[in-house]
Amino acid sequence: MSSFKIFEIAGSAMSAQNLRLNLVASNLSNAESVSSSVNQTYRSRQPVFAAQLQEAMNQHSASTGVNVLGVVESQAPPRMEYAPEHPLANADGYIFKPNVNTIEEMTNMLSASRSYQDSVEVVNTAKQLLQQTLRLGQS
Amino acid sequence: MAINFVNAFGNHALALRAREQRTDLIAANLANADTPNYKARDLDFQSVLKGLQSPTLKIAVTRSQHFSSAHEPLGTETKFRIPSQPSLDGNTVDSEQEQVRFAENALQYQVSLRFLDGKIAGLKSAIRGE
Repeated sequence: MSSFKIFEIAGSAMSAQNLRLNLVASNLSNAESVSSSVNQTYRSRQPVFAAQLQEAMNQHSASTGVNVLGVVESQAPPRMEYAPEHPLANADGYIFKPNVNTIEEMTNMLSASRSYQDSVEVVNTAKQLLQQTLRLGQS
Repeated sequence: MAINFVNAFGNHALALRAREQRTDLIAANLANADTPNYKARDLDFQSVLKGLQSPTLKIAVTRSQHFSSAHEPLGTETKFRIPSQPSLDGNTVDSEQEQVRFAENALQYQVSLRFLDGKIAGLKSAIRGE
């Protein structure tokens, strides 16, 4: 029965947004993690979303869920700061801070939580509709 | 006199199917609100109902490799939504609009259910003859 597909769709969206929230948390908590070289510095991580097209083509149906293709690290250069008295400073007296943009991450978090709420509402409504359908003709 | 369920229930059973598919579609739109290059889709309800009421001639399937047209009436009428504010990443989902449409569609689904409920109650009292 196709009505249960709506739970798959909303479920995939919820897990995708959940991953996004996790990445935001990771980025924000590591926003001030200092290191002494470019390569060791934490880099901002972002999810890549894509529609589940393959399954849609197989099932002759237009409605598709969300796939998380992967997590990419931002290639922006880390912030370099001159702090010779810092214990992690390199030979030239510089420390490296992650390329996390906290304002961007905060808006990302808001957007993710709104989308998550949308999916929860969809699941609730679909559940109600199905329950009413099951009660059809019993009144 | 035989009771014909197709006549008794009228269009409401068909409408219910179409509404259900529209629920799926709008749920998919909402799910993909943050997916780059996703294009929002919707059902053209009028044409779906018209297609269900007057089934067109179907292509005969004579070999196993042929595609059957059995599942065609629903699903072929999906159309891309015209975006009011297209975003830079190619996504055309406007989640507020989709929320409103989802609520509207859920309500219309319940309307169809209510009609069917009434029909079933009528049939029941006719069967009991009380």
